Amino acid sequence: MVDNNTVDNNTVDKKKFIVSHAPFWHDGSRISLRNYNIALAALPAILLGIIYYGIPAVGVISLSISSAIIWEFVFCRIAKRSNTIGDGSAAIIGMLFGMLLPAIAPWWLVIIGTFVAVIIGKQIYGGIGANPFNPVVVAIAILMISWKDIFDFNEALMNYDLDFVMVYPLAALKHFGVSAVDSFSMGDLLMGKQSGGIGSTFGLGLIAGGIYLIIRGIIRWEISLSFLAGIIITALIFNLTDPVRYAGPVIHLFAGYTLIGAFFLATEDSSSPVNFIPMLIYGAVAGFMTVLIRNIGVYIDGVIFAILIMNLVSPLLDKIRPKAIGKVA
Amino acid sequence: MIKRSFIGLSKPRLKYRSLEDTPSLKQIPTSKEVTLLSNCPFDKKKLLFKKKVAVKTGQKLLLYKESDEYVVSSVTGKVSSISSYTGDFGRSYTAIAIEVADDEEIDDEFKSAAGGSKDATLETVKNYLAFAPGNPPVKLLSDKDKPINTIVVCCADSDLLTTTNQYIIKSDIDAIKNGISILKTITGVNDIIMIASQSQMHEVSATGEKVNQVNDTYPSALPHLIMKDILGKVVPAGKSPEDIGVCFISAEAVASIGNAFNSGLIPATKIFTLVKKDGSKSLVSARIGTPASDIFKAFNITLNENDRIIFGGPMTGLSVYSEDHPVQPDTGAIIVQDKDDIPVISDYPCTNCGGCIRVCPANIQINLLVRFLEAGLYEEAADQYDLYSCIECGLCSYVCVSGMPIFQYIKSAKYELGRANTAEATNG
Repeated sequence: MVDNNTVDNNTVDKKKFIVSHAPFWHDGSRISLRNYNIALAALPAILLGIIYYGIPAVGVISLSISSAIIWEFVFCRIAKRSNTIGDGSAAIIGMLFGMLLPAIAPWWLVIIGTFVAVIIGKQIYGGIGANPFNPVVVAIAILMISWKDIFDFNEALMNYDLDFVMVYPLAALKHFGVSAVDSFSMGDLLMGKQSGGIGSTFGLGLIAGGIYLIIRGIIRWEISLSFLAGIIITALIFNLTDPVRYAGPVIHLFAGYTLIGAFFLATEDSSSPVNFIPMLIYGAVAGFMTVLIRNIGVYIDGVIFAILIMNLVSPLLDKIRPKAIGKVA
Repeated sequence: MIKRSFIGLSKPRLKYRSLEDTPSLKQIPTSKEVTLLSNCPFDKKKLLFKKKVAVKTGQKLLLYKESDEYVVSSVTGKVSSISSYTGDFGRSYTAIAIEVADDEEIDDEFKSAAGGSKDATLETVKNYLAFAPGNPPVKLLSDKDKPINTIVVCCADSDLLTTTNQYIIKSDIDAIKNGISILKTITGVNDIIMIASQSQMHEVSATGEKVNQVNDTYPSALPHLIMKDILGKVVPAGKSPEDIGVCFISAEAVASIGNAFNSGLIPATKIFTLVKKDGSKSLVSARIGTPASDIFKAFNITLNENDRIIFGGPMTGLSVYSEDHPVQPDTGAIIVQDKDDIPVISDYPCTNCGGCIRVCPANIQINLLVRFLEAGLYEEAADQYDLYSCIECGLCSYVCVSGMPIFQYIKSAKYELGRANTAEATNG
């Protein structure tokens, strides 16, 4: 047996050092830390959803997170890639996907949804950073088209009797006009007293989470704010032209997927632009299209499709960029 | 310069270190053996001197036939070996090791050639002072193809943690005054611009030259940004300041010139900052060529396997693979990092988070550039994504969430393109 303690002088002289390229400092940011912060920011909204909808909501969220992680793990195994579940990206996809679902979503839907999100939305393009669309939005869009009834929140949440009007505001708006949503006050909407996805109704919680992420520099404020501004302005224009048919900005801002879209979906890193002006255009047009789809389109909520379309043009938008210093011509 | 997120409590700004008082200087005794590194590639056949040649302190050693590259011995002794040293990107250097003798003798060739401060000529500076502390840019000053009309004297230090220039401003302002007047006489350039940080403004204005203040946030004191923000001249991509008639010289180099003519001796000691594993800093003075290991011994620093030794600042320095790497005329700092403090570099892809875009002082589209560089598409990177606009501050790697070695990608792309261009030129 070799005695490890006997080291001769020769080897002592030849210590091996780490030699790498500058810079030798790093600000300590990591993908996993970013994702944990996003999870933290989403927590208030999820908690209120669980308080309102009880155990079924816990079930949907837990299944969604765990199945997303498992899909990622399985894919990494099959594709012989290194295991990436540690970066938290799959967990975030699962969490956000669960937040958009109604509490009674069946187990198979959750599992199919996370499959679509993780595998079709992200992994087949090469994994994190390579997805052209927000994986969660892709999954919800496909599921929304495939199983319309489950995403009809009025029907889905029929059996719930909470202390507020169990009506999905956007559906009421679409089918019965502005008078149908008069009963929703801004305070109720902010406190999540409306029917909708598990984690997408608690406006105040989502806003708080969004502000936290903006302060930490994890999401880009330009996108969130221009998205909200796009919604407010477009809704206002519609409202001014015909106040009976088109609701004002408040409903559009605090109902449906608007807030979760503004702070958690539209801001997904790899599918959104990074330059200042492109970010503003991206957000504002997404907001504009959201209201357009809601007001004159066939779908009840337009956030998902608006973000999807803007994801598509994001690389093109990013061509608008500041001139690098010293660039000739 | 570092743009931040909306409210941005999250990211620390990188501030330059400013010396409040004149710190005490720790003198390192002359080592048993020193090593002088020349930028000239090693070529045994053309060597002008052999092993065992005796050299004196301050003696100029011309290295090769048909070349005017030289080093200046910082000690008295015998040449013990002449060998090749390979640095970053496979660059070849000539390493001349000198075994130090007991008695020091001073070489007087420079003294007789130079005369006093009033007799200084550009020729003498070019022939004797290229290897002085701070590396006076003698070639730039005497290049006939690229006439210099402005000289920028950097009194602030360009990288973080380094304080050599600041120390010299505090301790030896007379040498700087002398150096500036010599520079003016020998180059005929009267447009001298001093660059100082806020805390130095008072001291530097004592020189009577035009003083401009530089921001205290990294990377404001890098030459390209000084050009853009203070001189109002943007250096075209891929060019350097001297291409548009501006020559940068550090306060340390100016002081070397001033001292050399004043005393008739080529300065041979180098002042630099030593940063220990715990982050504490000391100002050290050692002969040029002193191996780092002797400095570590003097400060009781022990290095273990997988630690890191950095020559230069934390953002733009070089890490070396031997404890015996010598102090060079341009070594601003020696930093020792414990293996647990070394940030991990990963092979994670870019997630498009935009951190680098926010921080890049040159407005480069790094998120796209890096995708081209990863794929080895250097030509496209240069043509479409502003590879040559990079001013090499290293901030992109510093903030990268994925931990990508972006700065290294950029440097190796520039290196590869440079090599390809040279090959094309030689092959016709």
